[in-house]
Amino acid sequence: MNIEQLITMANQIGTFFKSSPDQEMAKKDIVMHLKRFWALSMRLQLIAHVQQDGKGLEPIVKQAILQHQALLA
Amino acid sequence: MSKYTDFGTPAKISDNQVTLEIDGTQITVPEGTSIMHAAMVGGVTVPKLCATDSLDPYGSCRLCLVEIEGRRGFPASCTTPVAEGIKVKTQTPKLADIRKGVMELYISDHPLDCLTCATNGDCELQDMAGAVGLREVRYGYDGENHLKSEKDTSNPYFQFDPSKCIVCSRCVRACEEVQGTFALTIQGRGFESKVASGTENFLESECVSCGACVQACPTATLIEKSVVQHGVPEHSVTTTCAYCGVGCSFDAEMKGEQVVRMVPSKHGGANHGHSCVKGRFAWGYATHQDRITTPMIRKSIHDAWTEVSWDEAINYAASEITRIQAKYGKESVGGITSSRCTNEEVYVTQKLIRAVLGTNNVDTCARVCHSPTGYGLKQTLGESAGTQTFDSVMHSDVIFVMGANPTDGHPVFGSQMKRRLREGAKLIVADPRQIDLVSSPHVKADYHLKLRPGTNVALIAAMSHVIVSEGLVNEAFVKERCEVDSFEAWRDFASKQENSPEALSETLGVPAEDLRAAARLYATGGNAAIYYGLGVTEHSQGSTTVMGIANLAMATANVGREGVGVNPLRGQNNVQGSCDMGSMPHEYPGYRHVSDDATRALFETAWGRPLSKEPGLRIPNMLDQAISGNFKALYCVGEDIVQSDPNTQHVTHGLESMECVIVQDLFLNETAMYAHVFFPGASFLEKSGTFTNAERRISPVRRVMTPKNGFEDWEVTAKLASALGYPMHYSHASDILDEIAALTPTFKGVSFKKLDELGSVQWPCDDANPTGTPTMHIDEFVRGKGKFFITEYVPTTEKVNAKYPLILTTGRILSQYNVGAQTRRTDNVAWHPEDVIEIHPHDAEDRGINDGDWVGITSRAGETVLHAKITERVQPGVVYTTFHHPESGANVITTDNSDWATNCPEFKVTAVQLTKVSQLSEWQREYNAFSKEQLGFVQHPKNEVNV
Repeated sequence: MNIEQLITMANQIGTFFKSSPDQEMAKKDIVMHLKRFWALSMRLQLIAHVQQDGKGLEPIVKQAILQHQALLA
Repeated sequence: MSKYTDFGTPAKISDNQVTLEIDGTQITVPEGTSIMHAAMVGGVTVPKLCATDSLDPYGSCRLCLVEIEGRRGFPASCTTPVAEGIKVKTQTPKLADIRKGVMELYISDHPLDCLTCATNGDCELQDMAGAVGLREVRYGYDGENHLKSEKDTSNPYFQFDPSKCIVCSRCVRACEEVQGTFALTIQGRGFESKVASGTENFLESECVSCGACVQACPTATLIEKSVVQHGVPEHSVTTTCAYCGVGCSFDAEMKGEQVVRMVPSKHGGANHGHSCVKGRFAWGYATHQDRITTPMIRKSIHDAWTEVSWDEAINYAASEITRIQAKYGKESVGGITSSRCTNEEVYVTQKLIRAVLGTNNVDTCARVCHSPTGYGLKQTLGESAGTQTFDSVMHSDVIFVMGANPTDGHPVFGSQMKRRLREGAKLIVADPRQIDLVSSPHVKADYHLKLRPGTNVALIAAMSHVIVSEGLVNEAFVKERCEVDSFEAWRDFASKQENSPEALSETLGVPAEDLRAAARLYATGGNAAIYYGLGVTEHSQGSTTVMGIANLAMATANVGREGVGVNPLRGQNNVQGSCDMGSMPHEYPGYRHVSDDATRALFETAWGRPLSKEPGLRIPNMLDQAISGNFKALYCVGEDIVQSDPNTQHVTHGLESMECVIVQDLFLNETAMYAHVFFPGASFLEKSGTFTNAERRISPVRRVMTPKNGFEDWEVTAKLASALGYPMHYSHASDILDEIAALTPTFKGVSFKKLDELGSVQWPCDDANPTGTPTMHIDEFVRGKGKFFITEYVPTTEKVNAKYPLILTTGRILSQYNVGAQTRRTDNVAWHPEDVIEIHPHDAEDRGINDGDWVGITSRAGETVLHAKITERVQPGVVYTTFHHPESGANVITTDNSDWATNCPEFKVTAVQLTKVSQLSEWQREYNAFSKEQLGFVQHPKNEVNV
């Protein structure tokens, strides 16, 4: 799947949750949203992108995936 | 042939009961009841012509006169209320004389053609002549009369024959009281009195063809042309409309297997005997010549179709799916269901995908309409559904309509809402466009917040700010019913100055004082109810807005009782139901996530197959994966993604990338033109099942004719499952509903038997609520405590610039339905033969565009051409169109932008430029050629195909 599309979608999710006053919770929420609503193949592709360089991802999304990668795979 | 008792005047509700005597019988009724109604309750029929119980009494025909002991004269029983202890006589020699005289006058100006009249045997005038014992008409026909009056046959569905009119005003009153359009009037006085539509004929008038006047007419003056053609029906079957999310009950009035007419069911829980032009009249598509009733297959979309037997088609489809899964993996296939499917069809389709194909790649068309509702309401309130009944609006003091157009999209509910507004409820409309509710006869919005497309979340933020900063929060409710931590975070967010009306006014394009006043009215005006539609959901922040709406309702305690609530107006008939049935890739029936071990174990046991715990692909994901080469086969039931989904060229590219597309539909729809297997579908008249409307009302769909394709749709899916090695042992749709009830707690008490008994039922329907749940969240929210969410406004990335300076927003129109596959194949095209582009006069003038010009509309996704309609309904900078005709290519120009949480497309915001042109767009020319070629492929069904 087009990684640019996944990056856009992930960033949109990050933008919603980052308005939370608790940034650690926001990162967890981002990851849980991906886990609950994204197919595994999409999640794995996003993880691979983060492991490569994560280019284009909002910092909070990148951090969220790095921090909670185990939840996503 | 109505099977309902007509009580003559509406029932009254009162705590006080009154006992009176009618013709020697003691009768007790609520205070305020008319004598006529009370008589009918006691089994006494009073002759009548101008009275019917769907309308307020009028007292004009003088047939229903009665005598009351101790009172002078002969009062009309329809307009005279009951009183304690009175003694009424409905039959006396004097009354008989009066009634006979009245009837004699009526008949003296009425053609005596009963034997050849279309309503012979179904005419109240004829009945009353018999009831009063009319034997002669002394006046003859030599005098002046109306017998040569000309018929108005302009309306495609009904005719108006003034020679048969008795000027009882029932049609005029039905148009006013029931429909609320005020299109008819009585013109002239005395002998010159006649029903008039204000224009030369009905078709050109304000009439919306809801059929209320036809229903109310006691003679053959206003009559369905289908009754004129076929005669009076001989039996009727109550079923549920297959159009919008109101889910009206209809009596299919039949002659054998021929539908003569569809009459709104008086006992319909959602519609109470009312209808719109679609449900009432636009059912002819079911027998349209375009129906495909024989299965077809082909190897390539560039080949002609070959007609084959059902077994061949099913086996070919199954072999292709098996081949593709073996070659590309389990996740390379998936299915799409439609909100036009019954609950049972959706259920068996998602079961096939999950249990037989072993993947959760199943999605539904709610993806492109109300998926944000499902997400947003689940997060905040705990259930993915609206909170009220439609009738709840009659208890509302403030009605807040946001991004919805009820009089076009949900017309029967729109009429009910207008009734409440005429009674005095206040109205706030938030819409970029001037919908009819903003200003229509006897209805005027108190505030029309004409916000810019894409700024809904800013509007909610501004209203939240007013409610918080002006101390309008219902603290007691919040403290008792909601998560306090989440409320406090939301309150702090809403309090920020950046969320004030003054700060957001420019963004919204709405004066700050209007924002403040509307927020105050919503918070303090009494029972306040929010009704919203796709103008809320089809945005990049659709889910955010839904959550913001729930925040407003919770903060002001406007949830959990009649007259209030959060009410998503679902677009299609079974949006709610299709979502309830587990048609989304992440959840089973009853909105339970696929990763929940206990729920998955429940379904694994029931279905006898291991199930995946991973969410599947959504529709746009499937298309993206197809283009990437990873998704190869699709089973698409009743849905037309090529026409209804955004960025058409992306959709068709996705379909072209697949090796096997199976479409099940009534017609060779736009998606079927990219298919390799075509399973003919059955219309709603040809199958049994249930639909669930926007108020969670489960209503029965009853088969009134044999499926023209041979099978009900669930049977086709079951055959496919069998061919894939998984026999489904259902003998009737009721067996499927029983399985749903056994596996879904909110449906536990639902069965065909119960629906036969109750007519319909609103879920949750379980042991605690055996007759259903009209109002949700009464004592506590489904999730326990209500949860507030911070809803920060994030401008869409779909921005206007010098190249694309206008915002296109799309919508629907009354006479057409969704992709138009049904309504375009009816006479509804008389009102909407093509999609047009609405443009404000200023924008038109800047571009040299005149009304009716061909206009090219260019976006970042594509280009199409439509005729211009210059109107001030749209604001400067905004243009509007509908997507009911495929050749319009409305979705050629919409983009891939979507809601952050659900991928619901951002249909409502597309940056475009308009220019005057002289020919169709390149896409349209290619479409016309492709479409012509594809239709030609069907016309040569015997061609051989190598498969």
